[in-house]
Amino acid sequence: MTTGRVPALVIAGPGTNRDRDVVDALELAGARAEIVLASELVGDPTMLDRARMAVVAGGFSYADSLGAGRMLALDLSVGLGEELRSFVAAGRPVIGICNGFQVLTSAGLLPGALGHNANGTFDCRWVELEPVVTSVSIWTAGLDASIHCPIAHGEGRFVHPDPDELAAAGQIALRYASTNPNGSVADIAGVCDTTGVVLGLMPHPENHIVARQHPRHGRGRAPVDDRHSGLHLFANGVRHAAGS
Amino acid sequence: MANGHRLTIRSIDADPRTEALHASAAQLGLPLIERLGVADVVLVDTNLDTAELDRLSAVLVDPLLQRGSWELPGGRGVEVTTLAGVTNGAADAVVRAADLVGVSIGAAATALRLEFDDDVSDAVIDEFVTRLVANPIVERWTHGYTEMNPPTDHVAVGAAEVIPVRWLEDDALLAVDRARSLSLDLEELRVIREHFEKLDREPTDVELETLAQTWSEHCAHKTFRAAIELDDGTVPRQIEPLMRQLRNSTENMAAPFVRSAFVGNAGVVEFTEGTTLAVKAETHNHPSAVEPFGGANTGVGGVIRDVLGIAHRPIAVTNVLCFGPSDLPIGELPEGTLHPLRVRAGVVDGVADYGNKIGLPTIAGAVLYDSAYTTNPLVFAGCIGAAAARPLHDGPFVGDRVVVLGGATGRDGIRGATFSSATMDATTGEVAGASVQIGDPIVEKLLIDALVGAEDLFSAITDCGAGGLSSAVGEMAEGIGAEVELDLVPRKYPGLEPWEVWLSEAQERMVVAVPPAHLEQLAARCARFGVDLADLGEFTGTGQLVVRSGGTVVADLDTEFLHDGRPQRRMRATTTLPVRTGHGVRTVTDPIAALLALLAHPNIASKEAIIRRYDHEILGSTVTRPLVGVHADGPGDGVVIAAPAAREGFAVGIGVNPWYGLHDPEHMAVAVVDEAIRNIVAVGADPDRVALLDNFSWGDPRRESTLGELVDAVAGCCMAADLYQAPFVSGKDSLNNEYMGNDGQLHAVPPTLVITAIAHVPDADACISSDLTRPGNVLLVVGDTRAEFAGSHLDMVLGETVLGERVLGARVLGERVLGEMVPGTTVADFDGGDAAIGPAPAPDPAAPVRYRRLHAAIRSGAVRSCHDLSEGGLAVALAEMCIGGRLGARVDALPHTDVATALFSESTGRLLVEVEPDDVEAFIEHMSGDAHRLGAVTSDDSLDLAGIGRVSIEALVGAFTGTAPS
Repeated sequence: MTTGRVPALVIAGPGTNRDRDVVDALELAGARAEIVLASELVGDPTMLDRARMAVVAGGFSYADSLGAGRMLALDLSVGLGEELRSFVAAGRPVIGICNGFQVLTSAGLLPGALGHNANGTFDCRWVELEPVVTSVSIWTAGLDASIHCPIAHGEGRFVHPDPDELAAAGQIALRYASTNPNGSVADIAGVCDTTGVVLGLMPHPENHIVARQHPRHGRGRAPVDDRHSGLHLFANGVRHAAGS
Repeated sequence: MANGHRLTIRSIDADPRTEALHASAAQLGLPLIERLGVADVVLVDTNLDTAELDRLSAVLVDPLLQRGSWELPGGRGVEVTTLAGVTNGAADAVVRAADLVGVSIGAAATALRLEFDDDVSDAVIDEFVTRLVANPIVERWTHGYTEMNPPTDHVAVGAAEVIPVRWLEDDALLAVDRARSLSLDLEELRVIREHFEKLDREPTDVELETLAQTWSEHCAHKTFRAAIELDDGTVPRQIEPLMRQLRNSTENMAAPFVRSAFVGNAGVVEFTEGTTLAVKAETHNHPSAVEPFGGANTGVGGVIRDVLGIAHRPIAVTNVLCFGPSDLPIGELPEGTLHPLRVRAGVVDGVADYGNKIGLPTIAGAVLYDSAYTTNPLVFAGCIGAAAARPLHDGPFVGDRVVVLGGATGRDGIRGATFSSATMDATTGEVAGASVQIGDPIVEKLLIDALVGAEDLFSAITDCGAGGLSSAVGEMAEGIGAEVELDLVPRKYPGLEPWEVWLSEAQERMVVAVPPAHLEQLAARCARFGVDLADLGEFTGTGQLVVRSGGTVVADLDTEFLHDGRPQRRMRATTTLPVRTGHGVRTVTDPIAALLALLAHPNIASKEAIIRRYDHEILGSTVTRPLVGVHADGPGDGVVIAAPAAREGFAVGIGVNPWYGLHDPEHMAVAVVDEAIRNIVAVGADPDRVALLDNFSWGDPRRESTLGELVDAVAGCCMAADLYQAPFVSGKDSLNNEYMGNDGQLHAVPPTLVITAIAHVPDADACISSDLTRPGNVLLVVGDTRAEFAGSHLDMVLGETVLGERVLGARVLGERVLGEMVPGTTVADFDGGDAAIGPAPAPDPAAPVRYRRLHAAIRSGAVRSCHDLSEGGLAVALAEMCIGGRLGARVDALPHTDVATALFSESTGRLLVEVEPDDVEAFIEHMSGDAHRLGAVTSDDSLDLAGIGRVSIEALVGAFTGTAPS
């Protein structure tokens, strides 16, 4: 490491496809990001030791066969379960986005599950995510404005038997402030583990890291407030990783 | 079940598939099935103990979402599963998942289970399943419980069959052609007969099939290369082959950004120094007609491989879809044809599935509806790729290895190239079964990962598309020769004959020529990404294409004969002079009602429901989207793509209008080129750096009038390319889009030319969209408005089904009742046109200069929003801008004295522009007066056409989105 940048791993499986988008976001947030295949990571778990944060990126790992994220979750929990748990126990931040969220719930690192969207179809649109101030998530800490970014998923309906309990534990990190696009319980868009270092969300903050990506950018020359940028989430993660 | 187990998995919450099936059934008018159950079934072939079953269900069933049971479900059920040999990723995943949790099983299968109440009749269930769920092309279904596919008992002979052709009479030759579905004509068969007579031996089946694929219309573009005698009513004369005309047009143009045109898999341009873009658009019409999901799915996969096949990283996908009317009564559906709604659902699912899973933004497109597309739906798929500029690969060289990468080979897609070159009829679905495949986008994604960045490891690359290895290896071996060993081709299952392996169009495969020194490194790269690699042989330098199987030579073809031996087709075309004078005036008694009818017309109405099925955000490069405005529901023009950190990017625009083509194919071609370029100019792209793609979907060109329309359209393309100095860099034709009905009549598609424009965007931060931005701003229209209504959407909404179906033979072009527009005028026959209809929109020679000036104004920041005028004319464009911005507009001065012409004519070369009041004078001066001041943006909630009428924005939105009563 020459730059002093936080080393970050972007974990991909066969069919992960937003890994490069996440690398762009991490680099812009000050990390040094490297894409690693789950199979390579299972073969050499010491790669995890050298990283300070990890992202499970979005896509369609294993084509979502048998359920979104389930096969990649199986790869990770069978091949790397212990190592991942100690990574988290050491306070190193982990984020699962879209398919990565599905992987983390399926692997038991996050509560709940993601079912088919209530309307039954894949949906791509921009949404607004309101940070929950009472959340213990280190990823959303201090955010004072909604995050604007796109969703692109068919299985994003967050299901949990007791959302009140999640709220009480500070595990609800983000709620849909615009229309709830997929029927998630209690408008939940992002949840964290009890420690707050692991976050999962269906929307794609990595696709709103420069102003021009916002659909309303440039309309009538009124700039979109930078506080809505998805980059703030990644900056929080990188800051926490640097201090952990 | 004697051996193994079956797990039935049900959703805890309502399964959304149930609701979707109910909705589809209602749309088709099928009897209501009140209680419908949906479940997934997993079958395994091995006996397992309780602990193993528990471990397996733990990975197959998510307890928060699903319930699983190893017991046989009771009640009435129908189960649908894939046919043997059809890609089923889920079944493969079951085996892999079982292995990971320490459960050893031999094979697995999956099925969809539908459950019905006992009082639903078999007939109702059968219709429900066949109309909505199962497609016999790729699936089988059964009442009760499905069984796993039996292991294939087909034992291959394993050797090539010799097919006698020497000294055969012409009739016997044609019988050979029919027996093997070669789709060759007599002239070609005679040349083959003579070739083997000279060689003093008979051809093998492998050789004949290779020739048939290579010489198919699909691969050889026989019509575009034909010698054509044109009879335009004057003196019949020979014209340049159509492909030559298009190439000449590009070669004679000074377009310094063109790196490669009309060679290889895609066109290549370099707008930004150091970065090249590869662009390509394809058709997948016949497969999509019989298996909409698989057809569209593999169409997208194929065009992505085209771009990968010229060593570029695919970065965006486009599609243009043409369907029959959604409200077609089921009783009027021609036999053997799927209902347009089912075709649309399958095609959209297929496009979405491939694009979304492979991780490319599906950014631009169009959806057209016309009854002419009921029996011949059209699916155009395009792809754009990017790469660091480097010389194109110039191999293969003698000694290079013939290497195939990607998926295994099965009996899928056999004879796809010849299938797509033939006319369809009621039985096509049955005979074409083997021609249709289901794609696997994940395998192709891995191919991209393995090949992008490996450009120095191979000397030539191409994709395995139509014709399979026979085409891919055959093309690469042209002039150099190759020897390949079929036994080394990875198989999905045993039992394949040599010719089947050689021709199979199994998806997701690429062929590369690899210098031996690089083979190990490429193999290591492929291993990392889990891509299979097979070294089949070498490029020899002998000029012979030699194929071995089981130790014997099954083909030994001279590549010169293979590629240059085909006799040039000689064809005749007749054209008639279209109406290009007169006015064809329309009288519209209620312009507001006409506007609302236009906005609600399926061709103009919102396509949001389809667009949102596609991920258009992935890669973070989408700057201007297909949906724009405050609620992201206004229709955009061009789409702009620019990497997040880059200043420069490119725009994609699409032009298509078959309805003009029925009246004037030449001017239609110019009009759709103009539309594609208007689209990219409207968002801020540079009209001086535009490259074009052509895609022709036509009827049978052996009909002289149909070929005549093609000749006219190509002439129009060349005229337009010259006018705009925009070179064609690639193209594709799909002919024989016809269906022989049981009534003995041929149904052909109207002349459908899709133009894709790719243009340079110098400053992605300066791009604009079509939604109005601020009350008080001034609205202007640039370009001339003339009374040009032939093929217009005004005629469609006022004349009911104006164009309707084209039934050839009887040469009835449909009812064209112009109703109240021109009282008493009814036009039944458009041959030669009719003065009452008037001309289709004509080319505007002033458009290029206008676009250049407008582009400069947009770059300077003087234009706040901009929208192109197309179907429905000024009124529709204005309404769309209001919808996007949720702002009103007031029009004080129409651009033409005739109200109908001003509002609804579809003259080319026009755009609507929003400018700040202080900038108006400067803008008009900058445009050298070529700007007509219409009125202003208002904060009223209505569009006010002064002196004509007024309509609320809410009503416009309601008509456009179909969400409110009109």
